[in-house]
Amino acid sequence: MSLYGANIEKREVKFLYKVTGAGTRGLDTLKPGDRLDIMGPLGSGFTLDPSWRHIVAVGRGAGLATLAPLAKAARQNGTGVTAVFSARRPELVVSAELFRDHGAELIVVTDSQSSSGPANVERILRRLISEGRCDAFFTCGSSRLMRVQQRLAHEFKLPGQVAMEQQMACGIGLCYCCVRDFNVEGEIVQRRVCWDGPVFDLMEALP
Amino acid sequence: MSTTTAVDMSVSVGGLTLRNPVMPASGTFADGLDRVMDFNRLGAVVTKTITRELRTGNPLPRVVERPGSLINAIGIPSKGVPYFIEETLPYYAAYDTPLVVSISAPTAEGFANLAAELSLSGVAAIEANISCPNIEEDGKAFAMRAESTENVTRLLRQATKLPLWVKLTPNTGDMPDVARAAEAAGADAVVVANTILSMAIDLKTFKPCLGNIMGGLSGPAIKPIILRHVFQCAKAVSIPVIGCGGISTADDAVEYMLAGAAALQVGTATFVQPAAMMAIIEGLEAFCMHREIARVAELTGGVVIEEADEPDLAWLNPPT
Repeated sequence: MSLYGANIEKREVKFLYKVTGAGTRGLDTLKPGDRLDIMGPLGSGFTLDPSWRHIVAVGRGAGLATLAPLAKAARQNGTGVTAVFSARRPELVVSAELFRDHGAELIVVTDSQSSSGPANVERILRRLISEGRCDAFFTCGSSRLMRVQQRLAHEFKLPGQVAMEQQMACGIGLCYCCVRDFNVEGEIVQRRVCWDGPVFDLMEALP
Repeated sequence: MSTTTAVDMSVSVGGLTLRNPVMPASGTFADGLDRVMDFNRLGAVVTKTITRELRTGNPLPRVVERPGSLINAIGIPSKGVPYFIEETLPYYAAYDTPLVVSISAPTAEGFANLAAELSLSGVAAIEANISCPNIEEDGKAFAMRAESTENVTRLLRQATKLPLWVKLTPNTGDMPDVARAAEAAGADAVVVANTILSMAIDLKTFKPCLGNIMGGLSGPAIKPIILRHVFQCAKAVSIPVIGCGGISTADDAVEYMLAGAAALQVGTATFVQPAAMMAIIEGLEAFCMHREIARVAELTGGVVIEEADEPDLAWLNPPT
């Protein structure tokens, strides 16, 4: 599930989800006007440094939607956004319009056009870096693409953030169901996606 | 028929007086809940189980839902004793609520040493988790047998002057016998109970749903089973019984107290509704007010069993 939009003035939050289990099946039964009891916001999200002039957002599948609010916030900061969208087929690219509305430049790569492989994405990212259009990486939805960005971030000394997923039970840091391993200065530590994340330092994340 | 007289919600449990009978079950409480409740309204706070060794916990997935229930195999991730002393203890010192420290160890001596080390100012009681089914091979634990329960409880009793609560497992065949062993060895209360060892299999992959293969069943589905254990244990011992198993509503809480529980632990319900314990406390008070019960403690053991209608329970404990 992705939180893909928030409008404080309109008191709106938007979620994108795929119906897979009992929870999302339940959500799918809701009709306009129904009431839903939710708790949030929880955990920590993306942060933008005002000194960044241009950022790159790389997402795959539903991960694209997670990056949409970031594009909006970046625009409000005056920071340019290039979004690299990866999907199985062009028609599966979600929230592209949303990114365009937020003034982001879009680069779409797909499996069906054989353009979504790590090597091609790396070529695209190297070009953006050389053009001075990548002060930071933001990513969600693909371990392969995350590893490409980690390599480039290391090579060019660029910061980055990654939004991660894990099955959760409590959502408020109690149960330690949603832990993942992170590499913190060579030591493997476990962190809770719900409470310590879901956004983590790109260089500490492990696939 | 209703009255506005305040209900005395306090209960006396295993060496402690609590402002009300409701507290979290170990492993289902942490500082994040301060966003949804005032910790000063809880009867007590119970920590996640602390072990001496650093534990990373079980392989993922660690939980799976089943109808009316949750199966977990978290595996007691523990940051060890120094973290507890430096971080957890000072954090809860800010609250005027008794802090119950849950501990576990792989040996009886380990339990005793840990209890001694954690008998610190700011700790109100020790809850010895001698029952967590995930820790030991095939889910075996001290509380599976009366002898091993008596042995570990006796060593714990010698190791600490703090109130000692012993958390039992429903996976044993004879809970009353195990409860009696804990009482004989000096426990101040028994917590009845922990999760029920269980399993789930994914029909897509034919693999177990949990990384640990087996896990502990909790939630509303187990309530009638644990309620029966509380009823039997409360009859078997004279120390207080703390009920823990699927309590989600104030009605569940009343039922447990009627069966013999002096206090209550709430776990899985907090995952569904983070402020569940507050609703249970309020509902319990409202129930007592409505029924004109002056002290909530009067509910404990209040189940009415008429002589003529008493069922023959002898089959539950066949002569050996």
